[in-house]
Parts: sequence; structure tokens; C-alpha cells
Amino acid sequence: MAAVDAPVAQPARSAAPAGRRLRATEPTITYRELDRRSRRFVKGSIVTLFASVLLFVFLLPLLFMLTSSLKTEDQIANGQILPQSPATTEVDGEDVVLLNVPFDDGERALALVKPGRKESIFVDPDDPTTEIVWEGNWRGLEPTYGLDLTWSNFGDAWEQTNPQMGRLLFNTGLIAGLGMLGTIISSTLVAYGLSRFRIPYKNLILASLLATIILPRFVTLIPTYVLFNQFGWIGTILPLTVPHFFSNAYNVFLLRQFFLTIPKDLDEAAAIDGAGPMRTLLTVILPQARGAVLAIALFHFFFAWNDFLEPLVFLGGTTEWYPVSLGLQKFLGIYDTNIPLVLSGAFIAMVIPLLIFVLLQRVFLRGIDLSGSVK
Amino acid sequence: MSTAIFTGGDRIGGAASEVAGAGVVARRERRWGLGFVSPWLVGFLVFFTMPLVASLVLSFTDYELADQDGRPTSFVGLENWRRLFSDPDVRQGAVVTFKYGLVAIPLSILIPLGIAYLMVSKHLRFRGFFRAMFYLPTMVPFVAAAIVWRFYLNGEFGWFAKLFAQVGIDVPDFGRNATMALLSLLLIGTWGIGNAMIVDIAALNGVPRDLYEAAMLDGAGAWRQFRDVTFPMISPIVFYNLVLALVGLGQYFVVPYVLTDGSGKPDGALSFYTMYFYKQTFVLFQGGYGAALAWAMFIVIFGLTALLFRSARYWVHYEYEER
Repeated sequence: MAAVDAPVAQPARSAAPAGRRLRATEPTITYRELDRRSRRFVKGSIVTLFASVLLFVFLLPLLFMLTSSLKTEDQIANGQILPQSPATTEVDGEDVVLLNVPFDDGERALALVKPGRKESIFVDPDDPTTEIVWEGNWRGLEPTYGLDLTWSNFGDAWEQTNPQMGRLLFNTGLIAGLGMLGTIISSTLVAYGLSRFRIPYKNLILASLLATIILPRFVTLIPTYVLFNQFGWIGTILPLTVPHFFSNAYNVFLLRQFFLTIPKDLDEAAAIDGAGPMRTLLTVILPQARGAVLAIALFHFFFAWNDFLEPLVFLGGTTEWYPVSLGLQKFLGIYDTNIPLVLSGAFIAMVIPLLIFVLLQRVFLRGIDLSGSVK
Repeated sequence: MSTAIFTGGDRIGGAASEVAGAGVVARRERRWGLGFVSPWLVGFLVFFTMPLVASLVLSFTDYELADQDGRPTSFVGLENWRRLFSDPDVRQGAVVTFKYGLVAIPLSILIPLGIAYLMVSKHLRFRGFFRAMFYLPTMVPFVAAAIVWRFYLNGEFGWFAKLFAQVGIDVPDFGRNATMALLSLLLIGTWGIGNAMIVDIAALNGVPRDLYEAAMLDGAGAWRQFRDVTFPMISPIVFYNLVLALVGLGQYFVVPYVLTDGSGKPDGALSFYTMYFYKQTFVLFQGGYGAALAWAMFIVIFGLTALLFRSARYWVHYEYEER
């Protein structure tokens, strides 16, 4: 691979330290150094450019989504890249079309005020008083395209999902929020138990956590469905939230790993002060693990926002509790020929997770780092 | 603190034989510890162990998930399992899943690693920005991502075919061409590289510099450095990513489901095993057969994971673990 990050000798020093008087015999920068610096600049530019191109291609579908969701269906069918329409301008209170008029020194976008077969009169939209006469048939001219953004797609997508997008987002937020609460409380307790207490069969318990990571969720799906059905929970959000109050392997491993790095002296000091295990957890451990707790909260939030299979199965078609993932898929099923509308819906569904990611990416990516170090 | 909560019959570990004082402390610690761990113990029992066993039992019955018209569920012996081996849809689902996994799993290791290499390059500027942006699509919900790609790859209106048309390559629509359909899933899969990339970056940054210096002194080129220094050092992370990728393959469902409206078109090229399971269980309500399908997959995934763990001793280097 081209970008092997092999170690190099110390980075080339730039010019002599500031403030030091230079002697005539001492060159400030040797040729080799200059050469190395410019080579480094070139390499840096090439690598950064390469990464930019790669990133552009990688994110191109997002750009496609954004431009398409601002188009009309006709503009999609026309196959144009940007949401554009033939432009018009106002001349003397009337809407006049703009055409691309060829001149010796290139094309100009001019407003057609008086069409004629042999020659037509145009005006420059910036200077509507000066008439420009052009010889030729105006019908052979291409219209000038200008940006024409159809913002109403977003409003339509908002209105036309079932239930309405606002309700879908509310459901998703509720399911994610309750599950977040559940997994934070339970995973913290379990991780604390596994990192600070001598428990019989601790290794077996850790192995049971690991085993559930490997277990495909389809294997347990039918009996859990039957169980929830017995409880009368099918069609409610309980199957999507209650299980998270019993912790989860990824989160427990991550928190446990983090708790293990907190020095035990602190617990002991608290214990000497008469704090019980619960108070130690709340006053000593948790304040130091805020980043890790926030990370698992975010993990769960994104999981719930994304989850499709469980709502599909456990909601049993009760649309009023649909989260956005399921609502969007049903929306696609109905409007799959209206590309701008469906893509507007997809945009609305992703904008909240993406915003949260952009705002909290430091905490979040550090959490992922930590999850990798658990192994 | 009252001692009252520590009294009562606790026989685990033969507390009676212990020295009285130490026994009380140890027992107290055990009590608290088990108390804290109890949510998991309950959850593991209720949501994993019992369903796993129940699922196996159901696979030997003709249980129906919906109304059975008062007909009692009865044991049918190995019938579901026999049916499974002769069901052409099962074979197709297994073949599609296996074929996809054969390409997707290596790519899910190599692509994040390649990008992670780029991200740790000393020549790259704006690293933080690039890292976050390459991660970004991982945050796009699967359904939304599948929708965006579905139209992006559309042969008529999408940009993908248009781009290739510019250089004279005719890209078929994924809805009509089986190869293109699988390729589409691989392309969509590139939007899920984020987590693997981040842990790869951390692993690459964690390789001690002096090892490279030593390798360079020995005259090792870029490839030798990768093979003899980088790869062994990051092999635990590669292993970790590999396990997650294999587990993910067993759960792979949403993207092909949304892309094909659950149909698995064209010609069943996207009929993943999980989609067939879903159809049998929650559309046709064949609970017993569905349980057998799920268990069969569990056995295969478990077997492959076990093989992977066994293979670890030959290529995963844990001795460097302590840094």
C-alpha cells in the first residue's frame, strides 16, 4: 500500500531558530533540507488530494440524495444533474424566457423580448433598457437553465408518511430514549459488579456475555415473540425497550474495561469513609466514567434509530408506534416511483443522527476506540 | 451499614468452612456483586438461554405463529429438519448468503484497513476531518442508506450508471442483473466501514515505532514491513473485526430487504437466508419450520466462529498485547 506509515527521521527542522544571529558561513537551509521540505509538501498534497477524491466518491450518493430531493419528478425524468428549469426574468412587469444566445465572443444568457423569424430582439437581464438585436431563428436557441429548487418535497414527505413524520420521529425518540435509560442503568450496574467484586463463576458470566455477541438474533426471535405475545406486548413499544433494562454485552464490556482503569484506591478511600458499594458507584466511579457512559448512550441511540427487524416483528403492523426506519420503508413501498419524495423522506430520517454525530463525534469515536480495545 | 442484609442462607462456595470474619466479608462482597450482575443473569436467562432452548424444541413441532384454529401443536420429529435439507429456497438462501459473505467479509476487513492506512499517513492533512467524514455514512440508518443507494444505482435515473456511461461502460440495473445486484450490496456495505476503520486506526497508531526502525535497518520494504511488523501487531484487531463481520453476515437482512421490497429479485439473487427465514416465520407463520431454519443457521455460524477462534492461534499474535 502506498501510504505505509513508516517512521522517518526527525522532521526536517525549518530555518535556524529565531533570534539567533546568523553567521555568513552558515547556510540557513541546506539544499537537501529544502529538497526534503518541498518533497514533503508535494507528498502531502498528493495524499490529501487522493483522500479528498476518495471521500467525494464515497459521499456522492449523499449529494445525489440532496440534489434529487430538491427536484420535481420531471427533472428526475429529464436526467439532469442539478434541479434546474428554464429560467425567466422580469422585463417591464412581464415574465420573459432566458435563452443562450451565441455571439462571436461566446454565449450570453439574454431575455427574449421580441421574437422574430429572421432576427429577434433581446435584452440583457442586468440592463433591460438596451435592446440587442440578434440575427437568426430564436427557436434554435437553448433555454438558459437556472436553479429551481422544489423545497415542497420535504413538506410532502413529512405529511405523507403513515403516521406522519412527526409521530415517527417521536416514536423513535421515545423508543431510543427509554432503551437508553435502560441500558445505561443496567449496563453500569453489571459492569460495576464484574469489575469490582469477587463473584463465583465470573469467567462463566463473562463468557455468557461474549456468547450473546456471536448468537444470531434470529435464533431467539420466535420464542421471544411468543413470550411477548403471552404478555400482550405485541403492538406496543415494550418489546423494544424493556429488554434493554437487562444490559447488553457490548456495553457491559466497554464499561467494564473503562471501570478497570479507574484506580481501586479511590473506592477504598470511599469505603473507609463509610460509603457502601452503591454510593461508591455513584460518587466515585460514575463521575470518572462520564465519557464512557455517554458513548454507550450514543451507541444505543444510533442502534434504536437504525433498528428495523425488531419493530417489524414486534410491532406486528401497529402503525401508530412505527419508528422512522419502518415508516420510511412502508413509505418507499407506496411512493417508490416518486424519487424526490422518497429521498426527501430518507433525508429527514438521517438528519438527526447525522447532526448528533457531527456534534458529539469526539466522544463517540473515542467510545468506538475503547470498544476495539476490549477484544 | 446494617449486617442484617448479609444474613440468610448463602451456601455458595461452602461458606461454612471459611474463617468466620473473612467469610462474612467475602460473602458480603459476593452478595453485592451478584446483585449488581443480576440484571444480566436474568436477561441472559429470559432473552437468550430460554429462547435458545425453546427454539430448538419448537423446531421439532408443527407450531404455527398465528391462529391454529384450535389445533394443538404436536411433535413432528425430524420433519422440519428433513424439509430444510430438501427445500430449494433454503439452498438458494444459503448459496446467496455464502457467496456474498465470501466477497463481503474480506472486503469488510481490507477496505477499512486501507482507509485507516490513509488516515494515519503522516502526509495527510486535516486528519480529524477526514476521519469523521469517512465515518459519517456509518451513521446513516440502514433503511435510509438502502433507499439512497437504491435510486443512486437505478439504471435509468441514478448517477452511478451515468458516471460509468461517461467512460462508455454500460452498467446494468441491479433489479435486472444478478451480478450487479450483489455488487450493489457490496457498494452499500462500504457505508458501514466506520467502526472497523476507527479501531484499525487505533491499532495502527499503537504499533511501536522502533519495530519499523528495526525492520528498515534490516532492509525490509513496504510489503515486508506490513507482513512482518504491521500485520502481526494489528492481528488481534483484524480478528476482532473478522468475528464481527461473520456475526453480521448471520444477521444480514435489512439492506436486501429494503432494496428488493422483500422479494429478493432479480431471480432470487438477493434472497438471503435471513429473508427466507422471515418469510416462513412472520409471513407464512410456520413457527416450527422457522425455528429449524434459525437453528440451522445458528449451528453454521457457530461452527464458523469456532473455526475462526481455533485458527486464531496460528495468525493472531497476542504476545505483543501488553504495551
